Amino acid sequence: MKQPIVIAKNLTKSYTKGLRALDNVSLTVNQGKVLVVMGPSGSGKSTLIRTFNGLETFDRGELNVLGIKIDSTHDERQIQRIRRRVGMVFQQFNLFPHLSILENITLAPINVQKRRQIDAEEYAMYLLNQMGIDSHANKYPSQLSGGEQQRVAIARALALKPELLLFDEPTSALDPERINEVLDAIRRLAEQGMTMVVVTHEVGFAKDVSDQVLFMDSGKVIEKSTPDIFFSNARHERSRKFLNQLDKHS
Amino acid sequence: MNRNQKIFSQFGICIICISVIGILINNLTINLIRTGLGFNFSWIFKPASFALAEHVLPYSSSDSYAWALFIGWLNSLKVIISSLLLATCLGTLIGFARTGKNSLLGLFSAGYITIIRQTPLLLQLMFWYFVGFLGLKNNMFFHIKNIFKISNQGIEFLGLTLSSEFSALLFGLSIFTSAYIAEVIRGGILSVSRGQWEAFRSLGLSERKGLLKIIIPQALPAIIPGLTSQYLNLAKNSTLAIAVGYSDIYAINDTIINQTGRAIECFLILLTSFLLLNLLISNSMETINKIIINSRKYN
Repeated sequence: MKQPIVIAKNLTKSYTKGLRALDNVSLTVNQGKVLVVMGPSGSGKSTLIRTFNGLETFDRGELNVLGIKIDSTHDERQIQRIRRRVGMVFQQFNLFPHLSILENITLAPINVQKRRQIDAEEYAMYLLNQMGIDSHANKYPSQLSGGEQQRVAIARALALKPELLLFDEPTSALDPERINEVLDAIRRLAEQGMTMVVVTHEVGFAKDVSDQVLFMDSGKVIEKSTPDIFFSNARHERSRKFLNQLDKHS
Repeated sequence: MNRNQKIFSQFGICIICISVIGILINNLTINLIRTGLGFNFSWIFKPASFALAEHVLPYSSSDSYAWALFIGWLNSLKVIISSLLLATCLGTLIGFARTGKNSLLGLFSAGYITIIRQTPLLLQLMFWYFVGFLGLKNNMFFHIKNIFKISNQGIEFLGLTLSSEFSALLFGLSIFTSAYIAEVIRGGILSVSRGQWEAFRSLGLSERKGLLKIIIPQALPAIIPGLTSQYLNLAKNSTLAIAVGYSDIYAINDTIINQTGRAIECFLILLTSFLLLNLLISNSMETINKIIINSRKYN
């Protein structure tokens, strides 16, 4: 039974001067599905996925994540409940520089889920092994390459056994030759049936991994299509223009 | 500037410095001869013959000047250390409130910092002394079953009595310094990138745990140097004790100069004691800083 994991209804967020970061955004992400969000910079795609775990607020609309409802009042307790079940990976990795790789991963399991240190470390080692970086467990983030750091960040997000993973441009800060190791890790998670929302500019990866593509511009959802349609025969002029531009640059 | 010009200009600066020092020594010698006092410290063991309202160790007016100075030094130390602790606690709280999510607390602390920083310390000390303590009525302004008592006699807490002079100085110095410490703390917290906040929040950590485990450890290296200079300022500002009549080392020195005319010797003593005290403060802070940096396994 595929249940909806995220249901967003008419999310709207305005800045002063009438500028809208989000303009009536509605969407549904079902269990085990991967939604890829694309769009030019400033289109509101990062803002959108940050609302899913309460890092960003919105002024109007309704959000239902894993059955937990939040609205424009942003009840701290509800948001905290969501965060315990949703993992997030950032563009700039945001690892904790003063903690070792192992400590980065076990921090939340020990402090949020109150798991025993031994258990948390055992699971962390399993995750690092999955990511192919278990030999770095006792190093510090600054000793690792960008690609390795981002894989640690994915392991950290997985440590709470999340039911939804959010990726905010996970490869945009990486050297070109380091991008694939991270994309491969995300692909494997998709194959294992993890529900994910991914903001990315990587067309090839988006084609492979997504079940649905959401294209945004100036806070609005322009197009919601399956990847087959979106990448070969996008319905909207604006989407086609954007894809052309991406082609030129790659 | 070529090499010769450099040597020449440095030589010139040396000559000017030596001349200035020479003139000062000459003036000093002439003045010492004129007053007929000479330069010596033998007077220091004569009885001081003045009373001190406040003394940590036993003191009577028949004790020597040296003992009076020592008592003054202890009084200074007492007010500096207690203000330092209080200012740090208060400053940390205000600093966190200033950066926190609660906008009402943020506004309050911003107002607090602005008011405290824009008014002179001397004025604030006078306020706490004359309005805060001496302005209280009936010898008994506020009390909780004789456990805690505030009156124009000072503060009494479980048998511990703090004179109104000491209390005014303690309040004035702590509140004044806390506003600066709050800004140092705020600067340190802001030096940690936004991404670190988002990372711990996205992991479901509470604000309190995140501050404790993620933000503060990274903010400390930026906080310690600023904190050190505020501590040094506090120590030096404590000489304003004379304004509220608290017998710190500066006030006692002042009395002794009036009695004996030994201004030069007294100022030497004063200079040395503050130099030693501040070296002690800055060295301790430097040690703490080194411990923090050495315990860091990343760069």
